[in-house]
Amino acid sequence: MAKALDPHAAIVTEAAGPDEGGTLRTADGRPLKQALVRSSRRARRRAFLLVLPLLLFILITFVVPIGQMLQRSVKNDGFSANMPSLSAWFHENPRGTEPDDAAWAALAEDLQAAAKARTIGVVGTRINYDMPGTRSLFTSAGRKARSGVEPPYKEAILEMDQKWGDPKLWSVMREASSPYTSNFYLAAVDRTRDEQGDIVSAPAQQQIYVKLFMRTFWLSLVITFMTFLLGFPIAHLLATLPMRRSNLLMILVLLPFWTSLLVRTTAWMVLLQQQGVVNDVLVWLGVIGNNQRLQMIFNQTGTIIAMTHILLPFMILPLYSVMRTINPSYVRAARSLGATSWTAFRRIYFPQTLPGLGAGALLVFILAVGYYITPALVGGSSGQLISNMIAMHMTQTLNWSMAAALAALLLAGVLVLYWVYDRLVGIDNLKLG
Amino acid sequence: MALPTYASPLEKIWHYAYLVICAAIFFFLIAPIVVVIPLSFNAEPYFTFTDKMLSFDPDGYSLRWYDSLLTFGMARPDAPRDLSWWADAWHNAKWVNAAKSSIIIGVFSTLIATVLGTLAALGLSRPEMPWRRAIMAILISPMIVPIIITATGMFFFYSNPCEPLSWLGLNPECGRLAGTYLGVILAHATLGIPFVIITVTATLIGFDQSLNRAAASLGANPRTTFFRITMPLILPGVISGALFAFVTSFDEVVAVLFIAGPDQQTIPRQMWNGIREQISPAILAVATLLVIFSIALLTTVELLRRRSERLRGLTPR
Repeated sequence: MAKALDPHAAIVTEAAGPDEGGTLRTADGRPLKQALVRSSRRARRRAFLLVLPLLLFILITFVVPIGQMLQRSVKNDGFSANMPSLSAWFHENPRGTEPDDAAWAALAEDLQAAAKARTIGVVGTRINYDMPGTRSLFTSAGRKARSGVEPPYKEAILEMDQKWGDPKLWSVMREASSPYTSNFYLAAVDRTRDEQGDIVSAPAQQQIYVKLFMRTFWLSLVITFMTFLLGFPIAHLLATLPMRRSNLLMILVLLPFWTSLLVRTTAWMVLLQQQGVVNDVLVWLGVIGNNQRLQMIFNQTGTIIAMTHILLPFMILPLYSVMRTINPSYVRAARSLGATSWTAFRRIYFPQTLPGLGAGALLVFILAVGYYITPALVGGSSGQLISNMIAMHMTQTLNWSMAAALAALLLAGVLVLYWVYDRLVGIDNLKLG
Repeated sequence: MALPTYASPLEKIWHYAYLVICAAIFFFLIAPIVVVIPLSFNAEPYFTFTDKMLSFDPDGYSLRWYDSLLTFGMARPDAPRDLSWWADAWHNAKWVNAAKSSIIIGVFSTLIATVLGTLAALGLSRPEMPWRRAIMAILISPMIVPIIITATGMFFFYSNPCEPLSWLGLNPECGRLAGTYLGVILAHATLGIPFVIITVTATLIGFDQSLNRAAASLGANPRTTFFRITMPLILPGVISGALFAFVTSFDEVVAVLFIAGPDQQTIPRQMWNGIREQISPAILAVATLLVIFSIALLTTVELLRRRSERLRGLTPR
């Protein structure tokens, strides 16, 4: 180990001086430069090999799944895989072609086949994403087509339901005939395609996602600001108290940090309920009457209060570690030069806390935009964030591509913030307690 | 922080106001956690202090919610409490089973995260490590990426772990990881790894690399050097990292909801169901137990941190 690892040993003991060629040589006669390059390469390889197992682990269990999710956000073969003949017809005929007899025949054939294979529901669901209200069109057509459709196909299918003649439906089916689509991203920003395939705004009652993104952004800002407002005095107090007492008080910050998230959220549910402790105390104090108990939970207020509490330590800890290093003589010097305490704070102390403030604020904001559990439990309907919509699409509507597209947009935002954090603060400086 | 002698009366008032504000914020931080504890001894199924509790009447308090943690899900909860009653509780009580699942998943995911994470941290803290910054960013990302996104990706991956191979043109068949203990353990290990990396690299910052050279020059082979020199010095950091990873797993609910099957009913999942359906004070009893658990962990981590600082010759903060 000693010989292999340490290039210096060989150099110091054996490099006697330049030989005839003018190059320094190691004990075994290799040129020194070459030996150094080789040994530093070996050291790099050894360091990398230590990291490699974990890197592979993370790539497989984390990066690949995220890649799979991204693929899911642009790929949905629910229609193209189960309606092959019609998909082929769309492929051969450019946009704007009126559906001819071949198209209707392909539709009839596919409907019948899909009904027999019991995949007609999948097909209907896929079309339903782009054109709400069409799933039953497919399932009922499938039921009727199972016993066979007689030519002329167009008339036969139109007889099942006049909606089959809708050009919008044919345009949507054309979109879906390719397994890859950007429609889910369009839907995630409240856009859709019209009959000509141009991008237009979605109908007003379907415009929910942009509003939800805005709300997530806004609530995260509010929560970040609240953690700053509450965290700053605490961090300052902890940084200026004598060590022993500040360590003691630090426990009050770290205990919530170590306590289960669900426990803290439950605690807020219990406290903020209409029959809960906070309302009881307010009634007892006479601030509010017994019949005007405040609704503090299952709305935005609940989300803000609980998330501020949960994320507060992430603001306090970086602020504290920066404030600890601020030399108190700067403020004293300012005071001795005639600054009032407010001016000394504003012009001298506060600017020095900015690195900690930036680190804390970024971290809290990054964590807040992706928060799921707390808003889901205490947010009601007005306190839901974008994560809750992703979860809803994953578990209730089962529109996985939509969930993936929303998640991809959220992920892009978080990664940008993460990059900024790494630039400004450095991930090495992330501290836990 | 003492007030300077030259403080004006206004500054004195502001100073005391500031202390009051700080006290209020500390109250905000700690009160929700503390208030859960007495409420879990409520004799009534309410989430507020009853009159009897406020007058410290013993009748206002009871252990019924703790008892319900044992009896909930039991085959014969009303039988006399002999050995077979306890066996029944051990095998059938839902919360007991949840605790067992949580511990199994937590221990194994912590083991994976700690071993891989410590090795990687050793590599990352070597000065010659190539692409250090980028790799570090990838390894920390499970902590930064919102859990719902991670869980969504894992949902797709674990229900068909061979699907990504089709990108390479291969098409093997393999089973599902979703709904198995292995799947949840791997997922939780992924989520716990950033914590191990952060704590262990922080410990290694103060580590004197020449100690390794000294050991090597005295004839120790790399294995001996690692176990006799490096390991004892970074052990406090490794243990706190492991505790962080364990807590992460022990408290994780979203990934479990997405990829676990009915067998992997962990404590957080049971709590989640309880809170969403019909919240009963039994949840508060669990919460109290978890608070006590976190106090124990926090104490351990604090002691370890002090020990680590002493070992590295840093003065305690």
